[in-house]
Amino acid sequence: MADIKIGAYVCKGCGLGERLNTAQLMTVAQREGKAQVVREHEFLCNSAGVAMIRQDIENEGVNHVVIAACSRRAKTDAFGFENVAVSRANLREGVIWVQPDTEEAKEITQEMAADYVRMGCAEVAKMQTPVANPTHGNNKRILIVGGGISGMTSAIEASKAGYDVLLVEKSGVLGGWVGKLYRRIPSHEPFADPMETGVPGLIKQIESDKRIKVYLNSTISRTSGAPGQFSVDISMESGGTTTENIGAVIMASGFEPYDLKKLPELGGGKSPDVVDQAGLEQLARAANGAAIKRPSDGKEVKSVVFVQCAGQRDESGKHLAYCSGHCCNTSIKQAMYFKDSNPNVDAVVVYTDLRTPGNGEDFYRSAQRKGVIFTKGKVSEVVPGAALQVKFKDLILNDDAVANADLVVLATGMVANSGVDIDAAGGAPNVEGQAQAEAGVGKQVSVLNLTYRQGKDLPLLKNGFNDSHFICFPYETRRTGIYSCGPVRRPMDAQQAIEDATGAALKAIQAAENAALGRAAHPRSGDLSYPTFRREGCTQCKRCTVECPFGAIDEDEERYPQFNESRCRRCGTCMGACPVRVISFENYSVDTVGYQVKAVDVPDQFSEKPRILVLACENDAYPALDMAAMNRIQYSAFARVVPVRCLGSVNTIWINDALTAGYDGVVLMGCQKGENYQCHFVRGSEMAHYRMSKIDDTLKGMSLEVERVRTCEVAITDIQRAPKIINEMAETIQKIGLSPMKF
Amino acid sequence: MAGAVATNETILVVGGGISGMTAALEAAECGKDVVLVEKNPSLGGRVSQLYKYFPKLCHPTCGMEINLRRIKANKRLRVFTLAQVDKVEGGPGDYAVTVRLRPRYVNENCTACGACADAVGAEIDNPFNYGLSKMKAAYLPFSMAYPQRYVIDPSIIGTPEAEKAKAACKYDAIDLGMKEQILTLKVGAIVWATGWRPYDAAKIQPYGYDRYDNVITSVEFERMMDPFGPTAGKLLRPSDGKEAKNVAFIQCAGSRDRNHLKHCSRICCMASLKQSTYVNEQFGDQAQSTIYYIDIRAIDRLEDFYQKVRANPTVKFVKSKVANITEDRTSGDVVLHGVDTEGYHRYDNRHDLCVLAVGMEPSVDVRSVAPGVHADASGFIEADVANGAIFGAGCSTNALDVNRAVQSATAAALRAIQVINKVSGAEV
Repeated sequence: MADIKIGAYVCKGCGLGERLNTAQLMTVAQREGKAQVVREHEFLCNSAGVAMIRQDIENEGVNHVVIAACSRRAKTDAFGFENVAVSRANLREGVIWVQPDTEEAKEITQEMAADYVRMGCAEVAKMQTPVANPTHGNNKRILIVGGGISGMTSAIEASKAGYDVLLVEKSGVLGGWVGKLYRRIPSHEPFADPMETGVPGLIKQIESDKRIKVYLNSTISRTSGAPGQFSVDISMESGGTTTENIGAVIMASGFEPYDLKKLPELGGGKSPDVVDQAGLEQLARAANGAAIKRPSDGKEVKSVVFVQCAGQRDESGKHLAYCSGHCCNTSIKQAMYFKDSNPNVDAVVVYTDLRTPGNGEDFYRSAQRKGVIFTKGKVSEVVPGAALQVKFKDLILNDDAVANADLVVLATGMVANSGVDIDAAGGAPNVEGQAQAEAGVGKQVSVLNLTYRQGKDLPLLKNGFNDSHFICFPYETRRTGIYSCGPVRRPMDAQQAIEDATGAALKAIQAAENAALGRAAHPRSGDLSYPTFRREGCTQCKRCTVECPFGAIDEDEERYPQFNESRCRRCGTCMGACPVRVISFENYSVDTVGYQVKAVDVPDQFSEKPRILVLACENDAYPALDMAAMNRIQYSAFARVVPVRCLGSVNTIWINDALTAGYDGVVLMGCQKGENYQCHFVRGSEMAHYRMSKIDDTLKGMSLEVERVRTCEVAITDIQRAPKIINEMAETIQKIGLSPMKF
Repeated sequence: MAGAVATNETILVVGGGISGMTAALEAAECGKDVVLVEKNPSLGGRVSQLYKYFPKLCHPTCGMEINLRRIKANKRLRVFTLAQVDKVEGGPGDYAVTVRLRPRYVNENCTACGACADAVGAEIDNPFNYGLSKMKAAYLPFSMAYPQRYVIDPSIIGTPEAEKAKAACKYDAIDLGMKEQILTLKVGAIVWATGWRPYDAAKIQPYGYDRYDNVITSVEFERMMDPFGPTAGKLLRPSDGKEAKNVAFIQCAGSRDRNHLKHCSRICCMASLKQSTYVNEQFGDQAQSTIYYIDIRAIDRLEDFYQKVRANPTVKFVKSKVANITEDRTSGDVVLHGVDTEGYHRYDNRHDLCVLAVGMEPSVDVRSVAPGVHADASGFIEADVANGAIFGAGCSTNALDVNRAVQSATAAALRAIQVINKVSGAEV
């Protein structure tokens, strides 16, 4: 590493020149910030300003740059320099736009600006330009677990893009549930009739594709490693295990139909003529377009009743709470099997809400034209017998009703094959090790058998599905490089599974490509920094391994944390967790923030100028403060805002240091935690809140009031509230007085 | 900026809403060169105009901030705003796309300091607020706008107002002589992500959207919740500014109707359920929401959200397609008429405000610029070999919620990459 040479550049544009004494700021940068090159410019972000900086980089050897101008969110094109550490001292959105333009305010506004210049210099001095993680792997082969419609689609689509694929299926044939269907729901106009499944064609395509290697009767008995360098054991039913190396994983392990035997009141298991939707497909395949015959006596079915939401949308807590999404269209399709072979068959669908979104509406209308009867009602009982009696409450006539049928089809819904619920024992595995995670192993068999410390499979979101929690980022699982698709992720029909599987194939390819370059995956995609730790300082407390929201850290044989850099999302939660502060990133560390905290000029206790440290999540709270500034919403000039990658990365040493240095208040702003968490790193905000819940003791130990530290949830839309929180802290300090810790 | 920006190994993404941004980013983050064109002055699309997403009730701008950061960090992705595709010629691996760039009258020198807006007096309708408010004719479309650069509205070009803006700018960022430009981009594959527009509620005559002030659309209702929106974040009805505590939501306004949109627009049930929580957010127990519906389509785990709203005593559900709406002229109240089909009860229900859960239709018919592309009767793109390497993404393919739109866009990105990898002969 060459010597650090700091260049500090002060902009005079956007009113900065009029509002601030930029000459004084340059002096601060030079004397206190130790910047060797210091310049100001009328308009730093224009081509001349940027050229000035570039010249210094090229000719003067400047390799660390402080831009004292606008927010780090603005003018990113202008101020992006290759292989140069850049820090932004936010004088515009952070100072002049949030302070009144008055003579009285001039002094404290200038002090605020000077502090941000000090902080920028302090930060950049501790930053290094990150170099890609040297231990990354570059395997780009994609492993797909599950050979149903989702897995087959992922395989074909990844292969079409030029990637090698391993497709592992536990049964002896490809095709999954869709392969067992007679027909599927139409995906093209006019959406009037059931269509061919297309599965035989897909199987043929896979068999003739040289890039796709298929393992049938096989399961995954071990998955270890990281994106770009996973190693998996594939175990064959016949015995024997093959080890393969792969770059990324797609989990397409599908679903099982909810067991109809759990619905005896609806005749499930009580009569062979009460079948589920899968059972009806079998009958339809046997009939192959001719009249469908019922199981009990082989009699042609003349009347059929479809019971929607059987064991679904259940409020009693006994069955499935959710809707499986496809079943209304599936029953419509199955009713057509009857009507298409014999229009005189009575086909009745009893439903509470008919759910046929999009063009399903055409399919629904087509069924009505074919004579399928739709009745809004709630079925209470199916009485077995030669003629089955379906008892229901007709919700339109508001009356009890009975329908007789030769056959009853229960639309029972999907149960995800998501493997082991690693959180079943109540939260993450505890510090003692795997015990709790192991206790979570119920009847379910693991799909991936991950050797990760945090458990064998993907964490679940809800109802046993491993969907992403994020609306905007549906593929973001909590295990980097492992993506799930199809009905294991969320209940869905075949068409949606095909779309989903194609998207998942992209994500897997992307994970492998980024891993090969040593770069981070979403949401810090492209980030080259990665966590390193000072082994000799580590006390093996295991907080980092437990708290990592992405299960990126294992333990080595000597019980030290083992970072799997390519699994890391670079949130810094481990850095925040570490009590001995041995974890850091090249450009983000205990020091890059800690030295900013220390750089602030804390006036003595007679000055009546308090200092408030604000640690703000860079994705939500910091933009909210930026937008407050754009709307010229003012807040206390005593605040010093430091953006952090995630509140989870906040190490309590920063708070301790601030309080020891005489700061009067500390505000932490992170994203919403809890069930509907909005933290992009899943648990960062929650961990920060948890850690800060213990700060009271520290404060008391220092004889400080507990009100001096506040941790709050701030959304990006809290444009008015975020400044208010800062002002409230300023008022609190006014009330309780300045900190006695000042020197 | 109009240099050689694309080759036949470039992916063109048309539309800068959440689907287009996603497709562009996902492809660029796989190492592909991408050009993203957006017809508006900034990215974000319709989701940026929403207050909250269902079912988490989180804020769309939160995900947008991440996407914008991804865009800023990615050198393979180039963005053109105020850009519209006029024509697509050629075939897979070799398209020539004619793009029209409308003048912004503001160049990259703009620092978004806002001096031009302060100087200009002229006001125009604010499209971000669906015309419910006015804004200066020199404007930043919204706080999160990217590029973070002002726009001079063409209506003041040639007037002294424009000169005022120019005079106020210290950075030589205003260029009133800027002209429309035509670019021809050579690209290998195209992702078409032009999104949706709300169905024109005025066409549903019995509901009187064009006649009654207090009949509004669901997208307008969203804007009312924005603290910087037309009502400063308050649910106030348009006729008299009275607090709208008693709100009716009409489902399938235009959707599932052969006279209007024959498809189900999928999102509207969830949107109204979500919006009922807005009424509670503002008025607590005083809130009164009534949802008039045919079927509540809260699919898969969204069912939880429906059950939660159902359990809320301030929300009523009426199974009914509302027949028509009349207005009580003295109070400004709207009166909904129809039959509750559960038990067949006639009703004439009075509300402060009526929100029409308007359906989605494709905002652009792709066939107008690429005639060979296959679309269904509603104009949504259907996957078809005839489409060549033009791939629909998001709501250009169907009425989708955000989650599904993003999935669709991710899938479209892969389809485009498949074409590009074939062109480049890339072997992994």
